[in-house]
Amino acid sequence: MSSLQSLDIANRSAMTTPPPQARHTPEVAKLIDVSSCIGCKACQVACMQWNDLRDNVGVNTGTYANPLDLTPESWTVMRFSEVEIKADEGTRLEWLIRKDGCMHCAEPGCLKACPAPGAIVKYTNGIVDFISENCIGCGNCITGCPFNVPRISKKDSKAYKCSLCSDRVAVGLEPACVKTCPTGAIRFGSKEDMLEFGADRVADLKERGFAQAAVYNPQGVGGTHVMYVLQHADQPELYHGLPADPKISPLVSVWKGVAKPLAVAAMIGAVLVGFFHYIKVGPIETKEEETP
Amino acid sequence: MSTRYLLRYDESERINHWATALLFLLAAFSGLALFHPSLFFFTDLFGGGVWARILHPFLGCLMFIAFLLLFLRLWRQNVWTDADREWMRHSGELLRGEKSNMPPAGKYNAGQKAVFWVAAIALVLLLATGITFWQPWFADAFPITLRRFAVLLHAFSAFVLVITIIVHIYAAIWVKGTVRAMTRGTVSEAWARQNHPLWYKEMTGGK
Repeated sequence: MSSLQSLDIANRSAMTTPPPQARHTPEVAKLIDVSSCIGCKACQVACMQWNDLRDNVGVNTGTYANPLDLTPESWTVMRFSEVEIKADEGTRLEWLIRKDGCMHCAEPGCLKACPAPGAIVKYTNGIVDFISENCIGCGNCITGCPFNVPRISKKDSKAYKCSLCSDRVAVGLEPACVKTCPTGAIRFGSKEDMLEFGADRVADLKERGFAQAAVYNPQGVGGTHVMYVLQHADQPELYHGLPADPKISPLVSVWKGVAKPLAVAAMIGAVLVGFFHYIKVGPIETKEEETP
Repeated sequence: MSTRYLLRYDESERINHWATALLFLLAAFSGLALFHPSLFFFTDLFGGGVWARILHPFLGCLMFIAFLLLFLRLWRQNVWTDADREWMRHSGELLRGEKSNMPPAGKYNAGQKAVFWVAAIALVLLLATGITFWQPWFADAFPITLRRFAVLLHAFSAFVLVITIIVHIYAAIWVKGTVRAMTRGTVSEAWARQNHPLWYKEMTGGK
């Protein structure tokens, strides 16, 4: 939301040189244990309250989902999926509830796609934050994101998403959603600790018959700083389309990777070729004295 | 003996051309600003990053309309012929300063026609792809995967257009006596005879 953070910056959008890197801070992570989420939406309320966001009152579409999607004012929403799981005793109905929001990728597609210097930053602790005053509203972050998270506001044409409460984390507090979660389904700490805690939860779930339980920390985006404990980690799509192998689209990485510097070099090169062609070959002059 | 001139572009063609050219420069600089971080400073010409983002698509659409008018005036003289293929085969010699083997050109030689058609195709692609990620008006109507592809094709088309215009400008500087065709509207008879002999015959009734 703002650049006034006492956090070190690890990467910045539209920057071609490395930022200061001498200091080392441990990476943080939020671990969302889907198996102990009851879908109460207290985290949605805490997010609104801490970040001073008030979304429009939505409409009831006959499901628990409200609002129906992430919006510029709703940075986290509960996704409800009713799925049928094949088990030993036959087909079993399961109600999977996933707290959706920014995953804070180690290799953020939004940051890669963003053309505005400093509009998206990744802090050394792993948080990916939008710095609204630098956002130009082009929407490239939306095409860059493998999780379909950023939303552009119709009011101010700025992009918004979960900041992982970077302002709270900067002063040693946990994110608002973590603070409020009544079942302890959302935890926050160093990424190392969260992986360890997640591994314990996975072991529990496996004992209880969820053989495919695992921590969702997809390596296609270098791992994430928001991770899930999933009962059915072999089929993450069950959880309202959580991608099985998210990565930055090759269309985005080609465009933002090798293509741009080459294209800039080619354009400058074309001008230089013209200049030196003129110097070497010289112009085609009109010979006025020539007669037909 | 004073130089005699032939009219190559009337005033409405000249105004049309320069309107397109100025709009190209504005669209190109505002677009290049968002193309590579090293060129972001171009946004300062437009009042900052947000203004560059807001103005760029409007400038692009205006350029498209201006070029469309130019296209409708000129496309007939730019139809590709066998002689143009022959001209293209010898274009390397021309670049080395050897023009004796060049087949005689009409109003436009094959190089000029190529610039015309590449620009036309690039502009159609730029318009079609640009609409799909035009924030905040139309982008939401298109799926994200399509927008990813469109952004890439938009950047590629813009790159091709920029290179084409660099060639276009250089050719005008390289062939002396050309620029006044678009500034004053006229070229000398000698220029026409040497560079566009068929057009010269057409204009002077084959004398």
